Amino acid sequence: MIKTTQLTKRFGDTLAVDQLNLEVQEGEVFGFLGPNGAGKTTTVRMLTSLIAPTGGSAVVNGYRVGQEDIHIRRTVGILTETPGMYDNLSAEYNLMVYANLYEVSNPAGQVEKYLRMLGLWERRFDEAGTFSKGMKQKLAIARALLHEPRILFLDEPTAALDPEAARLVRDFISELRREGRTIFLCTHNLDEADRLCDRIGVFKTRLLVVDTPDRLRSQLFGRKVVFHLRLADENFAQLVSELPFVRDAQVIDTKLLVTLDDPDTYNPEIVRKLVGAGADIQFVGELRHSLEDVYLRLVRNT
Amino acid sequence: MNKIKTIILKEWAEVFKQRMVLFSVIFMPLLFTALPLIMLYATRSTGADGLTSEMPAQFNQICPEGLSGGECFQVFIVGQFLVLFLMLPLMIPVNIAAYSIVGEKTTHSLEPLLATPITTAELLSGKNLAAVIPAVLATWLGFIVYAIGARIMITNPVVFRALLDPMWLLAVIVVGPLMAVLSVNFSIMVSSRANDPRVAEQLSAVVILPVLALFFGQISGLFFINQRLIIVMALILLLIDALMIYLAVRLFQRETILTRWK
Repeated sequence: MIKTTQLTKRFGDTLAVDQLNLEVQEGEVFGFLGPNGAGKTTTVRMLTSLIAPTGGSAVVNGYRVGQEDIHIRRTVGILTETPGMYDNLSAEYNLMVYANLYEVSNPAGQVEKYLRMLGLWERRFDEAGTFSKGMKQKLAIARALLHEPRILFLDEPTAALDPEAARLVRDFISELRREGRTIFLCTHNLDEADRLCDRIGVFKTRLLVVDTPDRLRSQLFGRKVVFHLRLADENFAQLVSELPFVRDAQVIDTKLLVTLDDPDTYNPEIVRKLVGAGADIQFVGELRHSLEDVYLRLVRNT
Repeated sequence: MNKIKTIILKEWAEVFKQRMVLFSVIFMPLLFTALPLIMLYATRSTGADGLTSEMPAQFNQICPEGLSGGECFQVFIVGQFLVLFLMLPLMIPVNIAAYSIVGEKTTHSLEPLLATPITTAELLSGKNLAAVIPAVLATWLGFIVYAIGARIMITNPVVFRALLDPMWLLAVIVVGPLMAVLSVNFSIMVSSRANDPRVAEQLSAVVILPVLALFFGQISGLFFINQRLIIVMALILLLIDALMIYLAVRLFQRETILTRWK
């Protein structure tokens, strides 16, 4: 759905995007993470044909950026960093304007569909300027979806929203994912990226890494399993560390912390070994490093 | 065409909620129509039959035969105020067009708008027409009201013909819209570069200066507006408009507007 090859953007002497090579598959939710000023918005603007690359190439939905821009704009949806609604116009009129510009075949029907879906139908005659931030954001999401794009670019969709509004927006993104749309999500909210994204790319002018959140965690920190025991003993740690697939084992209070690469396969064997040695296992869980840990390690190391 | 229509209707729905814009579209035509009518009323019986000798020399040449001095004075004075009908199509669109790009910038609505499959030509055509149409209609309506008022107040058909001769019809019907197009494209050019609607509006107001020069030039007797001058003005405006449209499209750089404006 999206493929970039050495995609580059310079503003005078400033290099904003450096030789980006990226592939996003159909139906995938791809998280594009990076610090402020990393070039995320510039990348989104290039991929939505709002600005032209200065080097490399990109194909979006089968259309080449810089050559088939109108087709790209027609087939992608974009939620910009700020909602950018016409505050003096009603919610319904705002959407009607865009439905007509996108040449939607049944503008009134589509507008109604998304206003209802996002819980704004009752407020359709109210001016957008009277809406809360969350409602404006929902209205902007509706605007991005009116023409039923298969690819959706969401730039900071939950930024500056209160937790309730942010959750509503996230739930809606999950709904879009279930519909099989491809979503390119720029966000600073790493917890959000962790929950929503199939893969993430960490970006700081150039692409630092691309993978699933779990694999990145595993690569950077390994995977840690916590065995909660009624009585923890150093002997249990010693016993478990002898197993060939275990990288490390240590006792902290009543917990036995085991580091290994593939807990899904080897956890049962560890449990058997511990029970055989007389350990009372209360429960077992995985100690997950947050995506924030992954992100900070990657960004700080550049 | 649908996209242009959408932009026009959107612009109207939005800008006519701005008090300043509404004021300029309603109050200015009212004022500029009232002024010549008030002058007509005031000069109905001035007893100025001997005043023609004090008029600019050029006026004596064009004062229609068969008019008394007082009637000539009336034609002269009211004629000055008819230049206001050339000023209207310049002034009204400045307010509308100044908001058209800068307004989109300040509300951050330009980026989603540019992300739609609308071409620059369609967008600027929509914004152009949204500003030109009210200006031209308001000017024409004002002139029609003036013509009806003049017909009621003037009893001498020669005076009426002098005040509503084909020159003024040509000026209002042809030069007016050309002036409006000039004004709008100048405003769009300024608006594309400015960051504040008020700054854009003030800078765009510069476009009124040539007509003001015309107004004062005529009042001081430097020259007198005649049919030939109107035709020359129309031809020059046609060329300037073509240049302005070209420049407005060239200066409307999507990328620059999106990336340099904060």
